[in-house]
Amino acid sequence: MPDLTTLHVHLGHYLTLSAILFFIGVSGVVFRRNAIIMFMSIELMLTAVNLTFLAVSRQLGDHQGHVFVLFALAVAAAEAGVGLAILVEIFKRRGSIDVDDFRKLME
Amino acid sequence: MHEGSPAEFLRWIVLLPLIGFAINGLLNKRLPRAVSATVGVGSVAGAFVLSVMAFLKLRALPADERVLVDHLFSWIPVGELNIDAGLMVDPLSACMILLVTGVGSLIHLYSVGYMAKDEGFARFFAYLNLFVFAMLVLVLADSLPLLFVGWEGVGLCSYLLIGFWFQDLANSAAGKKAFVVNRVGDFGFLLGMFFIAEKLAGQVGDGNVLGFATMAAHPELLAPVATVAGLLLFLGATGKSAQIPLYVWLPDAMAGPTPVSALIHAATMVTAGVYMIARMNFLYVQTEVAMGVIAVVGLLTALVAATIALVQTDIKKVLAYSTVSQLGYMMLACGVGAFAVGIFHVLTHAFFKALLFLGAGSVIHAMHHEQDMRSMGGLRSVMPWTFRTMFVATLAIAGVFPFAGFFSKDEILYKAFLESPLLWVVGFAVAALTAFYMARLMVMTFFGENRADANTKSHLHESPLIMTAPLMVLAVLSVVGGWMGWPEFLGGSNWLHHWLEPVFAGVGAHGAEVVGHVAGATQGVATHAVDASHAADALHTGGHSVVTEWVLALASLSVALGSLWFGFTVYTRRQSVATQGQAFLGGAPHRLLSGKYFVDELYEYAIIRPIGWLSDNVLWRFVDAVIIDGLLVNGVARFLAMIGHVVRILQNGLVRWYAYSFAVGVFAMLIYLTRKGG
Repeated sequence: MPDLTTLHVHLGHYLTLSAILFFIGVSGVVFRRNAIIMFMSIELMLTAVNLTFLAVSRQLGDHQGHVFVLFALAVAAAEAGVGLAILVEIFKRRGSIDVDDFRKLME
Repeated sequence: MHEGSPAEFLRWIVLLPLIGFAINGLLNKRLPRAVSATVGVGSVAGAFVLSVMAFLKLRALPADERVLVDHLFSWIPVGELNIDAGLMVDPLSACMILLVTGVGSLIHLYSVGYMAKDEGFARFFAYLNLFVFAMLVLVLADSLPLLFVGWEGVGLCSYLLIGFWFQDLANSAAGKKAFVVNRVGDFGFLLGMFFIAEKLAGQVGDGNVLGFATMAAHPELLAPVATVAGLLLFLGATGKSAQIPLYVWLPDAMAGPTPVSALIHAATMVTAGVYMIARMNFLYVQTEVAMGVIAVVGLLTALVAATIALVQTDIKKVLAYSTVSQLGYMMLACGVGAFAVGIFHVLTHAFFKALLFLGAGSVIHAMHHEQDMRSMGGLRSVMPWTFRTMFVATLAIAGVFPFAGFFSKDEILYKAFLESPLLWVVGFAVAALTAFYMARLMVMTFFGENRADANTKSHLHESPLIMTAPLMVLAVLSVVGGWMGWPEFLGGSNWLHHWLEPVFAGVGAHGAEVVGHVAGATQGVATHAVDASHAADALHTGGHSVVTEWVLALASLSVALGSLWFGFTVYTRRQSVATQGQAFLGGAPHRLLSGKYFVDELYEYAIIRPIGWLSDNVLWRFVDAVIIDGLLVNGVARFLAMIGHVVRILQNGLVRWYAYSFAVGVFAMLIYLTRKGG
């Protein structure tokens, strides 16, 4: 068991975590068919990006990164609202939220 | 050449007929016939008045300054090639505009009567006015390219008017034939022009490169291309002026209304080739070869056409071949260097040939559009004025003293004799043939018993005054028209010759002298040449005495009278000959002549069929169907469709698939960018 007090958390750790989160998000979007899961995966990707912003911002001692994150959070909230509303409508019409059933984009 | 005095009213000479065309062409049937006629005749008559003004103004100037110019605009300024559009009146074009608008006005007036009952009355006058416009551009142009614009314009109008009654397939076929045959000639014209432009561009400063004044001032630059350009331009002239080998369209052109035949296919348009050669005299005097070709081709055409005219039964066809034959005379004159004489014959021929055609039109009008002379006869008493005026024209074309044709034809034959007695012998024979076929035409039409059916016979009538009045005016001109060239050996002053002298300044030195002059050409070349011209004249009168002129003139006069008498006797004594020409000439020669030497058939098998085969089997079935349609048009479409099939797989509507592609793309770019950055 390593000594937690001496464990120094530095930028590399944040970025690694962020990359892992982002990859999980991408995998979720690509491989899951449930629209809600896909949504969650998108949120995960956003979170990964936000984490990167914050880590780099702190490292550089610049507050601009914080500002971006606040914006991203607000946009993500609005996007989730709109997206969920669309999902509700789709479910009402089709009784399913499996995106593979919904291939209108081909036309 | 003098650079000319400005005269802005010249543009109105060409614009008036164009305005007439616009009014009649755009409003067409909405106009009452009286208005159409007034606009049609009035615009040309207005142009005639302006032409007379130009002529008078020109005459008031000293002889060597007789040039009026109206600069219009800079047309093609490209690098060293600068071409201006401008109009020019010099003694030569003054003759031509007076001819075009004067005879044109008379024929327009005649058409009011001739076309009175026609459906396309306004359209007819629109085309006719457009023709006059184009012809005036042709003769007033101050540069070769602008002349070519008029040249093409008259060709277009000729096509439109030959096929005027387009409901009949034969008429539109004749129009097409005229157009296509002329295109062959125009091809030569264009090439000739390119040769000249290539020699002159960049060598003559920034002036109007292909302007006649510029070209005439630099004959030494043209010397290297004189023969090739001269022959190519002459190819254009053989098309427009119906010479061998391109004369075949003119007889077919008689499908158009008769006033058209008179105006376009006898008096004016077909003389454009002669005019062009006279205009380019500074080029032609430098090339013995081209001049020889012109003389021989002209003479051959005159002979061939005159023999065909002997056996034609359609009254207009006789006149058409007669026109071809007379045009051959004009070419002969140009070919022996007597440009002024060629133009002289253009003028006199316009008078009597227009008269003959209009007279024939009057006959056809009375005969309910019957043109076959075998059904005519005995019209003398019914149509006294038509008969009298046509009789005058017959004497004129046969060359009887003192009618117009005598002077010009006699002078051509005299000049040909000076060049070579052989040319004279053939020309003399043609004169005999001319008198004979004209006598035949007159007898078959106006003498003996009328051979028409009863219905036509009961409706025979003299034409109204609006048609006979132009006939009378032209008859007067057919008498006095030749007097402007009354030769000196008969106590005249040969006014026309002196009037045209400034234009043909370099011509008198035709022959060995001109080469020397041209080689050392300087600014003074024109004045030297004038001196040389007088010297040459003196030499000629010294070498060939006045006696020669007298002998030749008496010879042509007696052959004209003798041949006329012979024709009249044969066809009045033996009516059977009139109805069946072959009895007189015998089988084989008659078949050859009435088959027109089978030139049309020769062209059909030697040119049209092979080209048709080539177009059908190679150009259409292979080049068009396989390469263009198959490979290029459908091939490109098929290729794109194939790509579409491949790309369609990607667009499957699966959001996850899109996201996956997106992600892969982003990673690929990231890797690429980091590699590149590293």
